[in-house]
Amino acid sequence: MATFFGEVVAAPSRAGVDDEEEEEAAGQALEETPEDREIRRRVEEKREVAVRWALPAGEAAPGAAAEPLRCSRFVVAVGHNAAAFLSSFILDSVCWEVVGAVKLWNEWCRTSNTTNVLPTDSFCLFYRLISDPTVLLCQCSCYVAEDQQFQWLEKVFGHIQKEGLQVTILSTCPVADYKTQESTLTLPSPFLKALKTKEFKEQVCCPLLEQPNIVRDLPAAVLSYCQVWQIPAVLYQCYTDVIKLDTVTIEAFKPLLSSETLKNLVKDVSESTKSLKKLLTTNETHNNIYI
Amino acid sequence: MFVPCEGGGPELQGFTLLMPAVSVGNVGQLAIDLVISTLRMTKIGYFYTDCLVPMVGNNPYATSKENSVELSINAEVYSLPSKKLVVLQIRSPFIKNKYRPFCQALLSWVESSKCARVILLSSSHAYQRDDEQLLGTPLRYLLTPALEKAVEGRMQELKWKEMEKIAAYPGINDREKVLHIPGGGITKLLFTESCSKGIQMAVLLKFCSEGDNIPDAFALVNYLNEWLQLIKSKGSHSTDISPEQEIPDTSSQWKIPSSWRLLFGNGLPPALF
Repeated sequence: MATFFGEVVAAPSRAGVDDEEEEEAAGQALEETPEDREIRRRVEEKREVAVRWALPAGEAAPGAAAEPLRCSRFVVAVGHNAAAFLSSFILDSVCWEVVGAVKLWNEWCRTSNTTNVLPTDSFCLFYRLISDPTVLLCQCSCYVAEDQQFQWLEKVFGHIQKEGLQVTILSTCPVADYKTQESTLTLPSPFLKALKTKEFKEQVCCPLLEQPNIVRDLPAAVLSYCQVWQIPAVLYQCYTDVIKLDTVTIEAFKPLLSSETLKNLVKDVSESTKSLKKLLTTNETHNNIYI
Repeated sequence: MFVPCEGGGPELQGFTLLMPAVSVGNVGQLAIDLVISTLRMTKIGYFYTDCLVPMVGNNPYATSKENSVELSINAEVYSLPSKKLVVLQIRSPFIKNKYRPFCQALLSWVESSKCARVILLSSSHAYQRDDEQLLGTPLRYLLTPALEKAVEGRMQELKWKEMEKIAAYPGINDREKVLHIPGGGITKLLFTESCSKGIQMAVLLKFCSEGDNIPDAFALVNYLNEWLQLIKSKGSHSTDISPEQEIPDTSSQWKIPSSWRLLFGNGLPPALF
């Protein structure tokens, strides 16, 4: 596994299990000392995903926090570009409020449980529409490790009512991962591809992802969850050749603004361009080696 | 945990569960693909677990435009009631330190669904064979004590070779022998657990190396077919020829799924020429 700016490149190991691990798995019960167990437990504890739901004052009666949220639309943006798309075209501080944050720690990223974040930070935040509290948005720009994805799902979806729920997932991945008869050099990147669960009946805004292409990581985990538990869901995957935050990639998601889910959430376009510019300039200063 | 596609769990009592071990060259998984696609098995559910890396894609066994948009996930269950066969396909590797919980979840599902027996398709590193294993066919089988009585005779009829145990301390003590399946992933763990739980399990494996493993998958699925007769071989074969040729050739009858396209990468950039 390697990462560039939160993008994870999966190194395929076709050999199955490393011998070392295999021995470990077989001999674990026999040779594990109390010290090993303690270390293992501590690491597990440290890697635990914690979701903190902060319901706005007036609503959060004690004990009510455990009640699942009623939700009609849940939009999950995974990765910096998808998160930036939501920031620049949908989210603003007037209509949206933060209702939750995920705290996690792994080898590539650690998030704090603060809700005041810079666009360049790694974070995972939940917002809801003030005028319609059943619309929920998630910006997840942090890397959720393989062993944490299942926990993320259980903890986030465990807090959301499944009746009447529809899920939209946005994500990006390198165009080099796209499998096609042609060469990827000739592809007009960035481009969008979609995957949907059986229950999703609405119009999809772009062509569906062809076999033998697959999607991995958190977007795949969310979509799998929806498929298994029969929740209508759609995943829009943007294949791009720019790894870092980039306007062209962000704008590739624009066709989605006319989708059923997002069309009445779009904010003022002139405002969007401005905030997009701001987002990129903030990012650029961080990319400068002469800080 | 098994989750059915549509409400109400399917009846699996007395069925044979066929599944791959995620092992060297993904041979078991490829062989399972051939079985599902050739027998046109129907998806009945998912194996929902935290032990496998998540992945999604469209229908790997698509035959037409209409059935190509069907979401597939990392572990799915297919069935063919006419042959009392249920197949679990695993499409992604295990998450570190999750082999044991996976084996436990799987075996408890086998017990609760009352499947009669489990057949695990696996592979092992060819380069780690010992002298004995280098001889003859590269295909081996293993049976748990619970299954041994019932099928031992059949295996002898087929002239199959049992997986050899190797010396635990070679050169020092040759009497103490252990089962060693390098590159076999969960094979050994699942097999030993099944032995101790009294589950009827057979492991069929092939020694192979990483590379183009499609021929290995065909060899393994033909080996399975000799025993289970999932598909009939074309033409008859005489019994007085050499053992290698005695195996009916069914390779041409297995249907390669559409998802095997581009296994070796994309097209080349035209500017190259």
